[in-house]
Amino acid sequence: MLDWLVAHVVPIVFYTAAVLVVAGAIGVIWFRNPIHAALSLLATFLAVAGLFVLQHAEFIAAVQIVVYAGGVMVLFLFVMMLVNVRTLPREYQYVRSLLPAAVVTGGFLAAVVAAGLFARSYLAAADPAALTAVEGQTMGNTEAVGWVLYRDFLLPFEVVSLVLLVAMLGAIVMGRKDRREEDAGEEAR
Amino acid sequence: MTYLVIPLVKIVVILLVLILGAAYLTFFERKILAYIQIRLGPNRVGPKGWLQAIADALKLFVKEDLTPARSEKFVFLLAPVLIIVPALLVFAVIPFGPSDIWRLTDINVALLFVLGVSSVGIYGIILGGWSSNNKYSLMGGLRSAAQLISYEVPMGFAVVTVVVMAGSLSLVRIVEVQRELGVWFFLPGIVALFVYFVCGVAETNRNPFDLPEAESELVGGFHTEYSGMKWAFFFLGEYANMIVISAMATVLFFGGWLPPFPNLLAPLWALPAVAWVPPPFWFLLKVAAFIFLYMWFRGTFPRYRFDQLMRLGWKVLLPVSLANLMVVALGVLILGGRS
Repeated sequence: MLDWLVAHVVPIVFYTAAVLVVAGAIGVIWFRNPIHAALSLLATFLAVAGLFVLQHAEFIAAVQIVVYAGGVMVLFLFVMMLVNVRTLPREYQYVRSLLPAAVVTGGFLAAVVAAGLFARSYLAAADPAALTAVEGQTMGNTEAVGWVLYRDFLLPFEVVSLVLLVAMLGAIVMGRKDRREEDAGEEAR
Repeated sequence: MTYLVIPLVKIVVILLVLILGAAYLTFFERKILAYIQIRLGPNRVGPKGWLQAIADALKLFVKEDLTPARSEKFVFLLAPVLIIVPALLVFAVIPFGPSDIWRLTDINVALLFVLGVSSVGIYGIILGGWSSNNKYSLMGGLRSAAQLISYEVPMGFAVVTVVVMAGSLSLVRIVEVQRELGVWFFLPGIVALFVYFVCGVAETNRNPFDLPEAESELVGGFHTEYSGMKWAFFFLGEYANMIVISAMATVLFFGGWLPPFPNLLAPLWALPAVAWVPPPFWFLLKVAAFIFLYMWFRGTFPRYRFDQLMRLGWKVLLPVSLANLMVVALGVLILGGRS
């Protein structure tokens, strides 16, 4: 029993994580309480990190947890608690467009899965050893990510960070109270 | 079988030491605070009060476990678990000594593991505050969320500074580099150490950053509605997190298990009179020093106001840690032989 467990630890972890990912994703749209939905999403994030570890992408797994589980979801929860919505009202507004949307998304997902399953060349390219070898040198996952990001794709990387900066500035400008409006309010009071 | 039994024994030992250590830290904290305030502190239970921690634990075991009537039962139960599990999980990668017997694992991304796991611990506080259905708890949870998110960023930069100096994410390797270079990272990284420890105090919700449980304004903060063993879990989690922050500070900045001046005094450490001292002794000594610093803080500083807390995090610590990272990286580029 024990030996069997040890020998099959990878498939056991994979299927546990996979079930958690799907169950969490279903939970997100199933629960009417937004906090419960957020917790389901958290379970999905953590399980996805587990899948990354199985793929020997430890760096991505850690970033997944630090950024999504530790940062993004905390901010989601923060906002939800401030608003304090206990249950969401039932929305029928978009029901008519739901079916075509489901068909399109499902079809796209199926195409991606099929491509992954049947394209042998794609699988060969995803060989972990090939990915972490730079200039003939094998290195750790983290170093490989660093090499690729800061040398091979430096320009796109910088462009993306610039775009993010612009988005952040936009959010700040939109979120800021209008100074003149505020002053007028002060005077009226 | 040995590959299962030995790690299991280690896990049990680490857990027992941690839980007992956390229980006794409460006793030491009360004693130290008492001496700082020129009083005696607990001295009635057992000789000199040494059984106080056991008595407290027994009291918490038999105390009635209350659940507020209109709380979220499942989340209310989940929150203490979410705070204690990440705090204990971190010890899977902390190296207590140089050889394999003194640690559970040595993974090449141990530092990222620690950051990731401890960033999940915040959910215990937020969810505990929310599920209690109590205004004070909710305010404590909200404050905690804002505080932890703010201080995680400069803390990350402080840790990255060490990574730049060591060139590795493995905690074992980081200590080895400090031995090879002959200098512990607290000297070149004194600013990083300062930022790291201040953020660490904020992350563990300790004085002077204990706003999530500020008793003068929020009753008990996020754990107002908790009692008995569930409350004990929050308490245990807080102390375990203090140990984690102190242990990480030791590994990153103070040479982990290395004795003082490992290269200069190498002949001294090889003497038979001191050679039997196991490396974890030095590790635990340094950890204890940091924990003492925590308690000293509590006896010394008044609590920050919330806007002061946010200003310190975003307008002081973040720019300082960023500038420090650039300076250290430049220094490594000029001095270091690593490409």
